[in-house]
Formats: sequence, structure tokens, C-alpha cells
Amino acid sequence: MTITENKPTSVIGTRLLRREDPPLLTGEAKFTNDLNIPGALHLSVLRSPYAHAKIKSIDVSAALKIAGVIAIYTGKDLQSSWASPMPCAWPVTADMKNPAHYPLAIDKVNYVGDGVAAILATNEVASRDALDAIDVQYEPLKAVVDLEDSLSDKNVIHTELGTNKSYTWPLLVEETPGCVEEAFKKAKYKVKERYVQQRLIPMAMEPRAIVAVPQPFGGDITLYSSTQIPHILKVMTALTLGIPEQQVRVVAPSVGGGFGSKLDVYAEELLCMALSRKHNAPVRWVEERSENTQATIQGRGQIQHVELAADENGKITAVRVRIVGDMGAYLQLVTPGVPLLGAFLYAGVYDIPKAYDFECTSVFTNLTPTDAYRGAGRPEATYAIEMAMEALARAMKIDSFELRKRNYIKKEQFPYVAFSGLTYDSGDHLLAAEKAAKMTDLAGVRAQQKKQNVPGATKLLGLGMSSYFEMCGLAPSRVLASLNYSAGGWEAATVRVLPTNKVQVITGTSPHGQGHETSWAMIAAEKLGVAPEDVDVLHSDTAISALGLDTYGSRSLPVGGVAIALACDKVIEKAKTIAAHQLECATEDLQFANGTFSVKGSPDRALPLAAIAFGAFTAHNLPEGCEPNLEAQVSYDPPNFSWPFGTHMCVVEVDTETGAVEILKYIAVDDCGNQINPLIVEGQVHGGVVQGIAQALFEEAVYDEDGNLKSSNLAEYLVPAACDVPSITTGHTITPSPTNQLGVKGIGEAGTIGAAPTVISAIIDALSGLGVTTMAMPASPQTVWKTIQAATSGGKK
Amino acid sequence: MKVSITVNGKKQESDVEPRTLLVHYIRETLGLTGTNVGCDTSSCGACTIHLDGEAVKSCTILAVQADGTSLTTIEGLAKDGVMHPMQTAFMENHGLQCGYCTPGMVMAAIGLLKENPKPTEDEVRMGLEGNLCRCTGYHNIVKSVLAAAGAK
Repeated sequence: MTITENKPTSVIGTRLLRREDPPLLTGEAKFTNDLNIPGALHLSVLRSPYAHAKIKSIDVSAALKIAGVIAIYTGKDLQSSWASPMPCAWPVTADMKNPAHYPLAIDKVNYVGDGVAAILATNEVASRDALDAIDVQYEPLKAVVDLEDSLSDKNVIHTELGTNKSYTWPLLVEETPGCVEEAFKKAKYKVKERYVQQRLIPMAMEPRAIVAVPQPFGGDITLYSSTQIPHILKVMTALTLGIPEQQVRVVAPSVGGGFGSKLDVYAEELLCMALSRKHNAPVRWVEERSENTQATIQGRGQIQHVELAADENGKITAVRVRIVGDMGAYLQLVTPGVPLLGAFLYAGVYDIPKAYDFECTSVFTNLTPTDAYRGAGRPEATYAIEMAMEALARAMKIDSFELRKRNYIKKEQFPYVAFSGLTYDSGDHLLAAEKAAKMTDLAGVRAQQKKQNVPGATKLLGLGMSSYFEMCGLAPSRVLASLNYSAGGWEAATVRVLPTNKVQVITGTSPHGQGHETSWAMIAAEKLGVAPEDVDVLHSDTAISALGLDTYGSRSLPVGGVAIALACDKVIEKAKTIAAHQLECATEDLQFANGTFSVKGSPDRALPLAAIAFGAFTAHNLPEGCEPNLEAQVSYDPPNFSWPFGTHMCVVEVDTETGAVEILKYIAVDDCGNQINPLIVEGQVHGGVVQGIAQALFEEAVYDEDGNLKSSNLAEYLVPAACDVPSITTGHTITPSPTNQLGVKGIGEAGTIGAAPTVISAIIDALSGLGVTTMAMPASPQTVWKTIQAATSGGKK
Repeated sequence: MKVSITVNGKKQESDVEPRTLLVHYIRETLGLTGTNVGCDTSSCGACTIHLDGEAVKSCTILAVQADGTSLTTIEGLAKDGVMHPMQTAFMENHGLQCGYCTPGMVMAAIGLLKENPKPTEDEVRMGLEGNLCRCTGYHNIVKSVLAAAGAK
């Protein structure tokens, strides 16, 4: 595998510092809420305090009297503003139930935070003051909070649907009919586990912010939004509002993190646009944090039943999985698809026969809608298979690493056609795991454990691990079609060499912390033989980057970055025809290296790209039929997902008297193929791992039985601080992807996928001598302490 | 109410509503939008600035309480086009990703080193307890602060 056709410089693979940093470090960068838009009206949204209630009446008369308040709209007032309900782009089954969802509730509210009225005022203070002056009479209804309660249909949320069940999506793969059942009958070892993936709040540090700026006499409208998906948003808002698409421009200024929570089409975006057109004035909205926890999507929310069958050696012979997914009150952009993104990964990194029985049933609850949150379906799946492997190892009384070794897909089996028909392009799980073991000093930790974990000890040492595959780089469009997703998975890039040999790269990806400007410049610099600082990267404005499918699912590099490399190839091809014309030789006689075309065998007959770029601009001497300018555009549809993998290990010390867990050592060995910029790769792993640790130890969206969020701000929802988490030791192996010319794979979600099972398995390992075999997430001191008490008192409470 | 506050070395005279938080005065009255707001419970630290040389969360005090003081915001750190060593350390150690918590984190980190010029890793982690970051996992933030301490 070579990185590039020509190796002019070695930009790729260096730890180039990020060009994004100076504006962010000096306060120069503009986030959406920093934009100064003269004359903008301020929108505030009155939200339901009930999880489930009928709206009896709304009296806005007192609120309208507040100085500065311009107008107040209810859901009924705006009914005619929408060409269609808010979009769900992933109808996973033909009979999926999807309740109509409008930016403001009409007769009934379905979760705490559901929008009830929109207030427009000349300033933010007046619009917020008006919130308290609106009198809404509600008739509270029984809230459906629990997933199993929802499944029972005792109380149906959307009565027009007749059920709380949105869909059931099966994936049954059997070599011969009934072979799964047969495998379980024959199995020497079986495990049957139940795991709960608690609801999480993505909590990007920048709350959402929006400004819609209309052009009253032209009909155009510009939407500035703290979004991950300006391109998708443009199409979706045009459709939902019935505005011709060419009149909509979406700009994502600096965006302060997303993690999936800004991968959506939100009510407030549609309200700002609709009201700005109604009032012929810009309309802005900024989310408060306690609003963010209710009005922005949440993640996870699954109950998983996992069964493994294994033979006498522990070789897995069948996998059976039943999932109940919590959709929340409505289906947002890709809500129903999240469990499907994990559906193929419940066999993890293991070589299993065609004996796989997966089924997901997703239900509505009276809670904030869920949607994609870092990893989206894949952390859930990886947690389930990895924890089930731990359970199987316990049942067999063997070391779980040994069990994994017996089941890993072997290096020589790649490319590996999995039970599902998907092809895992490359991998070497044993290598990554052994590297992690070495970095952890596995033998040393086990020896220390023997010394330390003696009867009566109160500080117990535990070692945990997980091996993962991340199915990412969304995605081959045809595969998405087979999963009923409404759009494709390609990415677009334009590469333009300007007359002075400076380069513009226009990408359809939309970064919000990932450093695309730096990495994409590195790719173009390497390909074209120019300095990275001579490459400008333009993005996140649909007027500049017209085509794109944005940033999520660890897709930006393996799809968007590869598109840039391909566009560079096209530019080089065109430049080569011009060079051949000017050097009076055949194109086959030319080679391109270090930014210069030269005739093979006569290096003195050469033309630098700079001369060709200027020549293409003047167009004085171009070959017959050659268009002026040096520019190429590519839309690249990847042939496969990208399959990064790795093994994480950690060492914890659990205080049995307090339940406190301290992570003493965390090792992440990840393989994302060739690395464009290792500095950025490591940063992605660090952040991902800590989000996974956060799920394992700290975070949960806690609701009471009436559907009230009890952890609705950053004082109550425990995002870890620096002192709560360890430093992370990263290592890597490099197995280049054979499906793209850069040999790259995604890395944005890998850390999060690997971390939660690593930490929880370590805690269980520490407490195994006390009979602990399960641990709920988050493993707070209280949960750990209670679990120890339950285990040591013989299971009695 | 009239307030007179020196901001980034420049004396500013403004008329503010008594309920105006210092962070809103900085962002809206002065238009210095580098100081960010990330929560409504004084938990996140994105709005950390220096008030008379001490790192404070500017959402915890009213603008009128800052009357007569001298403030430094993130915009006031670089001198003559050269970034403060802490800013440079964050850049060199990839101590930021999305950059939203960064201004507050940098201000807090400078405050930390002022009190404890040669902190250990644990002291850095404890010292930054009031500033949340969702992107970096803190690893490279801690590294940045330790590097800045070493560079002094």
C-alpha cells in the first residue's frame, strides 16, 4: 500500500500543529451566538413542564403587554407555516410508526421541553421575561417513562398510532433454518445477559444557537446555525418550510462540539426561519444549558438481552440479541436508525458462523427524543458483546483475554466476509490486543492483583479490556439504501489551483473540533507537492461548498478526505495534459513529483505545477479542447464502510468501603489505518475515551416516574472534570484500509466505543472475589457499594 | 448604573442595568465575544476571565460589582501579535479541539500557574476542576499547562 502515487513531500503522517487554533485561542473565532446581526429579533420558546399533557388553553395576553415583545405564536397559529412535519430521514421499515412532529406542539405535549409557544421580542431579556407571563392550562396525562411499560401499551402516547411501538427490525442470518436454536441446544456453554444503556446527554460545550436572516425582497434566506450538517439542513429546511432550495443558504460558523447532538433538524431552526420570513427581520435564538438538556436530543437508551452459545473450547457458535430502543417522544432525523448502526456488531471482532439472530423493537416514551450520540449504536453493541464475552469467560472459568484469542477473526482471514454479508476490509485484532497487554503490563498487574486482592482487603485491583470494531465512514450509498436510509453516503470535494499556485480545497465535510482545515490541507499538500500553508480549506457554507453530506459517523476522513485526494488526482491529470502540450511530449512520458512534471529520463525537461497553474489561468497555450483553469470536482461514494479496530485495557482500584472507583491506568491501542496527523488522531482518542469513561462512571439522564429530568444542568449532570479522569496512554497499530488510496479509516468514535466495557469489566474483575458479576452504568460509588453489599449478603438486599 | 472598568488595559465607561452579569457586559456591551457562556449554573468555566489578576467566572458576578476593577479577557492576552505562552502551549500540545471551553480554560490555567508555578499533574487536574471540556478528555490540556509551567 502506498500513500500516494508520487511522494513529493512527507506531510502526511506529521504532527502538524492546527491552523484552527490561533483564532480559537485568542477569542477571534466567531460562534453563532457571537454574530452581530443588526435588527435581529430574539426568539424564546415556552416549553412544557409536563411530560404528557393535553393543552387546554394558552393565554398570551399578559405576555404581549411586556415592553419589547413583538408577537407570540402557538402551535395552532403556525400550523399553516409548515409544508410538512419535521423530518425523519430513516424510515427503517415500511410499517414504521412515525407520529407527526411539528416545531410547536398543537393539542398535546409529549415530553418535558416540548415547545408550546414562540415569543418574538426586540431583545433577549424581554423574550425571556414573557415566558413567565404566558398562562397555559394543561390536563396532565400518565407519563410513559419505562421502556417495558411502554411496550405493554397500557398507556399509548400517540393515540393515532394505536401503539407505543414504532418498529421491529429483525436481522436473522442462518446457514440453515433453525440453526441458531440448534446451536443453543447443543452449546456446551451459554450465557444470557441483560444490559441497560442509560440515556446520556451529549452536552457539547457550546449550546445550540441560530440566526435566520431573510432577504425580504429577494426571498433568499440565510440560516446560521451551530450545526454539524449545513448541507442536510439546507435540503430539509427547504422541504419542511416549502422554500425553493436554491433560496436557502446554511452557514455553520465555528461550532463548539457536536457529538451527534448537532446532527439534526431542530424545531428552533424551523421557527427562526419561518418567523424571520413572517416578520421580514432576522430572528435569533440561543439555547440555555438547562434548555439544552431537554430540547436537544439525548443518546443511548436501550435495554439489551444478549445470549451467546459456545462449544467446549469457548468458540462462539451462535449469537441472539433482543433490544428495546427508547426513541423518546418523537422520531428526530435519524432516531430509528441508531440501533441499526449497531445491529451488525453484536458479534464484535469474532469469527462466528452464520447463526445470528438480532431483533430490535423501538418504542416511544414521554421523554426527550433520542438520536445519534458519539458512536450511535456501536458503543451499545460493543458493550453488549464484550461484557457477554466476560460473562462467558467466567462461566468457563478461563481468562477473558484467552477466550477472545480463541475467537478473534485472524489476520489471514481478512478481507473477511462476515455472517451479515458485510466485508471487514482489514484487521489484526491479536496484534492490537497483545500490544495493549504489553503496554498495560498485564502479567505485572495480575501478579499485583494476587498480592493485593486478599480476603479482607478494601482496595481491590481490577483489570478490564475490550476489543472493538468500529463500522464507520458512513457510508456506501447502496448499503444505506438497503437499510432504508433516505440519502446517500458520498462526499464531495473541489480542488482548485489558483493562478499563483495557491490551492483552494472545498469540502462537504463540516468540522466542529476535528481539525479538518489542517488535515485536508495536508492531504492536498502531499498530493500536489505544495506547502500545507499554501492550501486554504473552505467548508460549512452551502454558498461556497454547494455539495456535501457533512460530518458524523467518523466519515469525514475516509469519505471526505479521500474525495479530496481523488480531486487532486484529477487536477494532476489535467495539469499533465497541459504539461505534455507545453513540453511537446506524450502524457505517458511524464512523471509528477515534488510539484513538478518532468519527462522520464530527461529531468531537465520539466515544468512546475506553478507554471501550469498560471498557464491554465491565462489560457494562452492550452492543448486543443482543454478548458482554462486548474480545477476538479469529485463526488466519492465509498465502496465499503471503514473498519477501525483496537483493544483497550484499564486498571482500576475499587474501594469496597466507599464504592469509589479510581482508574489507575488506561491504555488505548487503536488502528485507524494510515494516520494523516497523529496529533489529531490522539486527540480524538483521548476525548472519545473520556466520553466512554463518563458513561461507565458518571453520566445519566435521570428521570423521575413522571418524566421530569432530574439532571437538567451541569451542576446535576456529571460531565467529568480533569480531576475525575486519568491520563490516557495511546498506542496504535497500522493496518491500512485497502479500500481507499489513503489507506485511512475513521477515528472519531473509536475511543467512546472501546471505553465503557473496558472500565466496567475492570470493576467487575476487581470485585469478582466478592461474587460480583454485574455492574450497572453509571458505576457511581453508590451503585458500586450497593452491588458489593448485594453480592456479599448472598444476593439479599 | 454607571460603571468604570478597565478592560484589557483600556478604561471603559458604561451604563448598565443593575441585573447585568459581568459576562453579558463583556460580550454584549463591549462586544468581546471571546468569553463564552456554556451553562447557567456556574459549572462550566467557559466564561473565566481575570479580575484584578485573579481568575474568576464572569457569570458569577454582576457588572456593577466589577466597577473600578481591571479585567483581562482572552482578547487581551496576546501582545503585539504574539500569543501568551499559555496560548502557545495549548497550540503546541493540541490542548483544544472545538475551542469553545478554550478561552476560559486558558484564563483558568494562567490563574493556576500564578498560584502554583510548578504544579504536579494532579495539581493541574485539581486546579482546573471548575472548567469543563467535552472534546479533549483533558489529557492534552493538562499537558499544555505542564508545558507552560516548564517553559516559564
